[in-house]
Amino acid sequence: MKTVDEINQKIVEGSASVVTAIEMKEIVQELGPEKAAKEVDVVTTGTFGAMCSSGVFFNFGHSDPPIKMQKVWLNDVEAYTGVAAVDAYLGVTQLSETLGMEYGGGHVIEDLLRGKEVELRATAYGTDCYPRKEIVTEISLEDVNQAIMVNPRNAYQRYRAATNSSERILRTYMGTLLPDFGNVTYAGVGELSPMNNDPEYRTIGVGTRIFLGGAKGYVTGEGTQHAPPFGTLMVQGNLKEMSAEYMRAATFPGYGTTLFVGMGIPIPILDADMAKATAIRDEDIETVIIDFGVPRRDRPVIRKVTYAELRSGKVEINGEEVRVSPLSSYHMARKIAEELKLMIEKGEFLLSLPVERIPTKEVFKPMRQKEIKVVKNVMSTPAITVTPDTSIADASKTLIEKGINHLPVVDSSGKLAGIVTSWDIAKAVAVGKSGRVEEIMTKKVITASPDEPVEVAARKMESKRISALPVVDARGRVIGIVSSEDLSKLLAR
Amino acid sequence: MMLELIYDSAAVKEPVLVQVALEEKVLMNIIEAEVGAREGRIVIEIDDALAENIISRFEERGVEVRRLVRGIEKSDACVDCGACISVCPVNVFYKDSDERVIAESEKCVRCRICIGVCPLKALSLPE
Ligand code: SF4
Ligand code: SF4
Repeated sequence: MKTVDEINQKIVEGSASVVTAIEMKEIVQELGPEKAAKEVDVVTTGTFGAMCSSGVFFNFGHSDPPIKMQKVWLNDVEAYTGVAAVDAYLGVTQLSETLGMEYGGGHVIEDLLRGKEVELRATAYGTDCYPRKEIVTEISLEDVNQAIMVNPRNAYQRYRAATNSSERILRTYMGTLLPDFGNVTYAGVGELSPMNNDPEYRTIGVGTRIFLGGAKGYVTGEGTQHAPPFGTLMVQGNLKEMSAEYMRAATFPGYGTTLFVGMGIPIPILDADMAKATAIRDEDIETVIIDFGVPRRDRPVIRKVTYAELRSGKVEINGEEVRVSPLSSYHMARKIAEELKLMIEKGEFLLSLPVERIPTKEVFKPMRQKEIKVVKNVMSTPAITVTPDTSIADASKTLIEKGINHLPVVDSSGKLAGIVTSWDIAKAVAVGKSGRVEEIMTKKVITASPDEPVEVAARKMESKRISALPVVDARGRVIGIVSSEDLSKLLAR
Repeated sequence: MMLELIYDSAAVKEPVLVQVALEEKVLMNIIEAEVGAREGRIVIEIDDALAENIISRFEERGVEVRRLVRGIEKSDACVDCGACISVCPVNVFYKDSDERVIAESEKCVRCRICIGVCPLKALSLPE
């Protein structure tokens, strides 16, 4: 049994034996945990992925006359100012008000790290002590008093992998998901990732000194949404000391902006148990592939999978081979583990034991909602329908009499066969077409199911630019219709 | 090899592509096609050995031909995340032993899917 003090003593003397998590797997396999624990003092880990829950607290310093910032923007990206007069928190996913997803909080942070100036704009209501109501100036990282990176949730221990059963391309925080299980994406670097190498959190806790963005930082506690084995950490560090190499702004197309954060944690090998923990392999790290084609909180689990399978580049789903994309950079994660190893070997980085442990058990509850509104609560029912052989003239009369714009077309058994809209009929009439609705109906109809949440139905209409969905039961029969007006009245409340 | 055929409005009237394909009995993959008001643009893929002959046949018919020798290009902005790997229909991307993401650009069929996927905007197609 070693202590952290003894290990630090060795680091100062330059005699500590430091290896990366990758090297450690081999060493433990060869020597066994007992011997490995004697041989090795520190194992370094690393991770480099998009960490949306990241941001920076700034203290800008006082202007003359001073201002109590009520709203503040950095290069048009709004930062949160509900704190003291010239402090603000810039989150990496906040979008530029002019450039949208092209540029966000993450990009401001990377620009500052690259030595660029950014425009600081603030407005205020004016007080006796802070009379100024507006300011526009340019600032660089050097100009601000403090830029303290505080990331509420980083270094996910493992994460659910994603796929898509739906018929359309999905743009998500898990990257682009191709239709019909076209691909799988996953985040995290498995056996190289910090918390997987100390799953009991014996040495990773409040006060653990870490590598954050090229500088020294600290774990300040469990991260938000910490739910072992999906553990997360809240971390802090001085942005002024960090490097743009380990902080890279990114945009997940169609989803938003974020920041790739480079982090590494040294794990002191105190005993054989710690050695054994750091020997963990991707084969032993399990997660699940979930289906983003179902836009619900509880997305269906498609299957269990290990990081080893994910890393192999292909997994099997429903008997077919599906290609896999990682979203975290193994190359950078390895580089960070190496870099941290070097810092420790050179005596520049000492280890610290946590002053407080973080929980190894935590239940993660869903949001308490007053109620979940589903389509069947708001649909018009029964739906007014026509049959394929209804004449266009009759259909037109029905639309006018009932004051509606959409007519689902159903076959003799009540099953959906198509849809005609008042626009289809107007077009038909304009070109002098008379005949049956079958000739002018749209056959590929986008539908809603009665138990679908209203937000999901609204999103369908928005993305397909349509204004109503027939509601169809499990047997394909039309039981009602829901229009965008019904939904917008409801969602606006 | 990938060839870009640029037609003006006069040449567009003739089914040039099919004429050349039939006369020369050559198989072509159509990779991209755009038809504008004054100009059409088609990118085809053909066997390298046949390229010279086919280029002359198109040129004789008044079609401007450009050889697209380069496929997808990756800039230094790349962080080797790998998000591009699974979306490419022809497996252009792979990871080397150093965990770097490599683009086998010769295989690229210029579909542009990866460009719209890369979080670092590190990918581009040279014209
Ligand atoms: S998605 Fe972009 S950043 Fe990621 S590996 Fe591919 S080219 Fe590089
Ligand atoms: S443009 Fe298409 S074919 Fe070329 S590398 Fe990108 S995804 Fe692959």
